Amino acid sequence: MTDQRSQAEIVRESLKVRYRKERRFRLYGMAAIAVALLSLLILFTDIVGKGYTGFIKTTITLDVSLDGEAMYLEDARDKDQLSMADFQAPIISALQEYFPEATGRKDVRELKRLVGSYAGNRVRNLLTEQPELLGTTQTMTFLVHDTVSVYVKHAGSDAYSIRLSEQQQRWVDELVEKGVVETAFNDVFFSRGDSREPSNAGVLGAIVGSLFTMVVTIAIAFPVGVAAAVYLEEFAPQNKLTDFIEVNINNLAAVPSIIFGLLGLAVFIGLFGMPRSVPVVGGLVLALMTLPTIIISSRAAIKSVPPSIREAAEGMGASKMQVVLHHVVPLAMPGMMTGSIIGMAQALGETAPLLLIGMVAFIVEIPDGFFSSATVLPVQIYLWASSAEQGFVELASAGIMILLTFMITMNAMAIWLRKRLERRW
Amino acid sequence: MNTMNTTATRDVAVEEQEQKTQPVEDPRPEQAELEEGKTVGVPYVDDPKFRLRDVEVFYGESRAIKKISLDIAKNEVIAFIGPSGCGKSTFLRCLNRMNDSIDICSVKGSLELDGDDIYNSKRDVVELRARVGMVFQKPNPFPKSIYDNVAYGPRIHGLANRKSDLDEIVENSLRKAGLWDEVKDRLDATATGMSGGQQQRLCIARAIAVSPEVVLMDEPCSALDPIATAKVEELIAELSESYTIVIVTHSMQQAARVSHRTAYFHLGHLVEVNDTNKVFTSPEHEMTESYITGRFG
Repeated sequence: MTDQRSQAEIVRESLKVRYRKERRFRLYGMAAIAVALLSLLILFTDIVGKGYTGFIKTTITLDVSLDGEAMYLEDARDKDQLSMADFQAPIISALQEYFPEATGRKDVRELKRLVGSYAGNRVRNLLTEQPELLGTTQTMTFLVHDTVSVYVKHAGSDAYSIRLSEQQQRWVDELVEKGVVETAFNDVFFSRGDSREPSNAGVLGAIVGSLFTMVVTIAIAFPVGVAAAVYLEEFAPQNKLTDFIEVNINNLAAVPSIIFGLLGLAVFIGLFGMPRSVPVVGGLVLALMTLPTIIISSRAAIKSVPPSIREAAEGMGASKMQVVLHHVVPLAMPGMMTGSIIGMAQALGETAPLLLIGMVAFIVEIPDGFFSSATVLPVQIYLWASSAEQGFVELASAGIMILLTFMITMNAMAIWLRKRLERRW
Repeated sequence: MNTMNTTATRDVAVEEQEQKTQPVEDPRPEQAELEEGKTVGVPYVDDPKFRLRDVEVFYGESRAIKKISLDIAKNEVIAFIGPSGCGKSTFLRCLNRMNDSIDICSVKGSLELDGDDIYNSKRDVVELRARVGMVFQKPNPFPKSIYDNVAYGPRIHGLANRKSDLDEIVENSLRKAGLWDEVKDRLDATATGMSGGQQQRLCIARAIAVSPEVVLMDEPCSALDPIATAKVEELIAELSESYTIVIVTHSMQQAARVSHRTAYFHLGHLVEVNDTNKVFTSPEHEMTESYITGRFG
């Protein structure tokens, strides 16, 4: 009797220790998740904090008097005169309306630097298209100079004002007060390619480039990967060669991506003479890089098809082909697609191999095909992040947000597909 | 335990547990008495559907079936019984070459269906399986609609060219399987949503949709409850009018209820084949008697 009681007590004692251990273990897990979440939060705060201004543009609206005399332009239909004319002049006079005291050489130069350098082009384009407007006064909206834009967006912060003179700062403050300088949603960012001037640079070129590259990647990697997985899993004989191929596929999945870039440079560009900087080559390289991921996940998906389904089909007299095409592949499809989307998301964020095949060039035009020079989102971010101007830094953060949005969308799609198409048996 | 007097259907699991509570004798000493290829009772019949002689099955080096000879008559229900691992399922799967997909498995001996060699290398396994259908231990409907499950066989074998023909085949098969009234309003519903018993009857309907000559059943009721088991057994009795049925079962009552002849397997040997009544009332071999009276199993 005493023995039994003491045993019960021993058990109770050990239970206490066990519970304590369990609690501690759970705490470790929670701490790990907290650390992960915190890092994520810091990352997002940093990116959003730096990048949200990338989605804002700063404009200046001026009544521009298109005075022929000031521009040295008598006839806007004359091409020679158009190419010689001074289109900055009417903009400066419009600004001088607000600041009549600014007449000196230095003052004019500082006034000039308030407005983006493409403002003159806008005036020229307007007059080229509608020459009859010469001599009239037009209300036009221009992008302000990058330094002004950064100053306005970060009003009150000293770090962003050092590139403007005190006089310029005073002018800008006054223009903002009068509502001449305004901020608005940055549609330029979503509708243009890269530019030398941050306020004029957009991410659309990189998005389109990424799109073309991804189309090539998926068009090659998905069918090839699935076919390889089906063959290896269903038809390949069990021998040394198959084992060798298997080991190498697993090895390929671990090869650093820059190696694939070197391969692309040597084979596609060097050997086959394909052009540099084009989505086709980028897509091919990324397809090679994604293949192992797709093959491995597809094989896992095929393996998870229950053998009873296979047996049922075989028992009905289905041939090997029919078993695979009617049952195994459709049942494995959700898993294959999930793996492929995750592989695609990886490829979308890949920079290193693309640097080597020349997709790192400065490209202003939005690519219009698989063989036109292009850059991709991560490379664009890399280019912007390594630029000196304040404006490019915020664009880089904005670009990261765009890239992350695409990736989260793709991963969410993978999860949705898996949930949606998953069958129970 | 006198299993013969029990008429109520019982769950296999329960039965197995009861068998385990019986004092188990080591069957090994008796194994020495088994002579290879020697079967007591009536293994041979006139004009058989299957003529099987000296069948041996190897898994790699080990011999799972040791020189079994047996005839299976037309339109008979023959039950294979025996302890786990005795080779009865392996033997059954030889009859439509389901063992082909296992790489290390090889079959020797002469196996003939209506006088034609089953394992002839020229023989198309697809044609064989269209004639010899199979129902598995676990219900394994395709994760498709009920209709598509039944229509699968006729479709891949090209048995129906028109939709109306296919509809007719599906309806007839489901009727024969006693499932038509339960599912006629939801043929498009997915088959995996049915109950276990319904799924197994669907698998039977799927097997008979291609009008096979023989239906092999590998413990078709082991995953079913007693009510579903009773339904499947009724179905077997009805099907025996038009098909030859070979059924592997762990339930001796089931063998007694549904079969005409019973074959007792032990460690790869076919010990005894006799009329079911005779096997369960006065078995000729002492090991058969030991097994059916539950002295080992």
